[in-house]
Amino acid sequence: MPDKIVFDYSKEGLVRVELSGDWRITAGCPLAEEAFSRISSRGGISGAELSVSPGFKWDSAFVSFLIQLEHLLKEKKIALSVTGLPEHAQKLFLIAQHPQIAHGGHREGPKEPFFDIVGGGILRTKYAFLSVLEFLGEIVISFNRLFRGRAFFRKDDFFLIVQRCGIDALGLVSLITLLVGVILAFIGAIQLRMFGAQIYIADIVGIAMVRVMGAVMTAVLMSGRTGASFAAELGIMQSNEEIDALKTLGVSPVEFLVVPRILALAVMMPLLTLYADLMGIIGGFVISTAILGLNPVEYINHTLSAVSLTNLWLGLIHSFVFGLIISVSGCYRGLKCERSSAGVGEATTSAVVTAITYIVIATAVITFVCQIIGV
Amino acid sequence: METVIEVKNLDLGYDGFPVLRGIDFSVKKGEVFVIMGGSGCGKSTLLKAMIGLNPPQKGEILYGGVDFWKADEQRRQEMMRRFGVLYQGGALWSSLTLQENVALPLQMYSSLSAPQIQDLAILKLGLVGLGAYADFYPVELSGGMKKRAGLARAIALDPDIIFFDEPSAGLDPLSSRALDDLILELRDNLGATIVVVTHELASIFAIADNSLLLDADSGGAIAQGSPGNLLTGSKDPRVTGFLTRGEKRS
Repeated sequence: MPDKIVFDYSKEGLVRVELSGDWRITAGCPLAEEAFSRISSRGGISGAELSVSPGFKWDSAFVSFLIQLEHLLKEKKIALSVTGLPEHAQKLFLIAQHPQIAHGGHREGPKEPFFDIVGGGILRTKYAFLSVLEFLGEIVISFNRLFRGRAFFRKDDFFLIVQRCGIDALGLVSLITLLVGVILAFIGAIQLRMFGAQIYIADIVGIAMVRVMGAVMTAVLMSGRTGASFAAELGIMQSNEEIDALKTLGVSPVEFLVVPRILALAVMMPLLTLYADLMGIIGGFVISTAILGLNPVEYINHTLSAVSLTNLWLGLIHSFVFGLIISVSGCYRGLKCERSSAGVGEATTSAVVTAITYIVIATAVITFVCQIIGV
Repeated sequence: METVIEVKNLDLGYDGFPVLRGIDFSVKKGEVFVIMGGSGCGKSTLLKAMIGLNPPQKGEILYGGVDFWKADEQRRQEMMRRFGVLYQGGALWSSLTLQENVALPLQMYSSLSAPQIQDLAILKLGLVGLGAYADFYPVELSGGMKKRAGLARAIALDPDIIFFDEPSAGLDPLSSRALDDLILELRDNLGATIVVVTHELASIFAIADNSLLLDADSGGAIAQGSPGNLLTGSKDPRVTGFLTRGEKRS
């Protein structure tokens, strides 16, 4: 700093400050606090006069320095004279005196009282609950119109979504559920080996996969893959005003966009789950026969006798419910998305979190009901 | 006056498909230069080449005598730091407040202290009339305010050249006029050279010192000069037709 500022105290009560060198954003500016401490270091100073030497380079970084220096000098009641500065710098400094700029331009307002915060939170929860109910109601009405053949529904869209959330997901579902079968077989083997009952690995893998694990694993994968994609797609449509365009055309966005997605996932989830069950059983079979040394025929027989049709139906019911949860969560979050890129990100995350949370809750509820009715 | 931008024999296009051929013009320091023309004539394509988004197929774009596209990556980045660009919709980062939007380039490319950056960001917002909106997020602003906030970010680093892509698009006449005034004020206050891409005649006549008229059919420039001179002096019906909204074609 010393090279860029020269202080002259020769006149009584006045400091002449000569500025030189490069004060532009890229070169960096001296700190106003340092200049202030030099100006106010001597007693009896009532004014500071700024001037520049030839070759002085400046841009708005210099104006920012002036704003800070003036603010500090004001507190000590030292007047700042800028008449010796370049004309445009004076003009910009004058603009900076505008109250909106001088006061920082921040939102002002009293601190919210505690009970207002709590009350606001309760009201927001209430409105969120009502909004979900409204959305579910719209879905019911739209399906009613669909079944009566009155819905505005593009079959091409439906088949495209079916392809995207069904066939396109096969690779991922294969890999993960195959590995789940492998893991179940290994875990079973560790425990059952102690009792010489390794053949029951077939029962564990078969029942676990078909009854719940196939559906749960597929649902978790689909909520991350398809649920997030639904939320992002509808969220971007919301920010691009495409949803508004549908509404002004008199087309219900739920009918046109949500119904095909729910339908597609409700159809594809049970099919994907059946496939996942098979892959899981294959994973367990390969490990049990190739590594754990079980008899393949015996393994298959055990699996067939252990896995009942009830288990299969239960798995399919799980998957159907999960399909509804994933599609409804994804579409709801997408349609309620804020109109910004950050909003789309939040909607996507929220869709996945909501779906997985409700998948776990639904699993617990179905399991509890099955326990009560003895299935 | 010193020439800051020179475009020489420039050919532009996408994937081998030609859009503009043989473009030549120069822009002087402190000038408001307007690139105008009908829809699809290549105005935005030319702008993209000038701000480093699309390389030209042939020709040169020189800033201060240095060929932008032949310069090495580091030099090109340095040159781009001296540009400010206002995109059509403002292109603000939606997760940041207006102050943070303006402060980000300063944090990246200056050694100023945090309070200096904060003051500077508010000063820039104040220059575009948004001093009271520093804590607002882009989603809370109207279209015109977003453009002004985008402009505050464009001038964050006190650029030598400010590019405007269709600044009046989507604005009401009063906001459009206010933005035109702002462009001239920034030129005067910051001493910047301004390049504007637009087809809004009112703006063109209000702000342009010099202009270039592009034509989609011929794929090149058909006139250059101040809009007033082109209107009175040009014998080309395409030029007079464009500048009079088709009322006068000869």
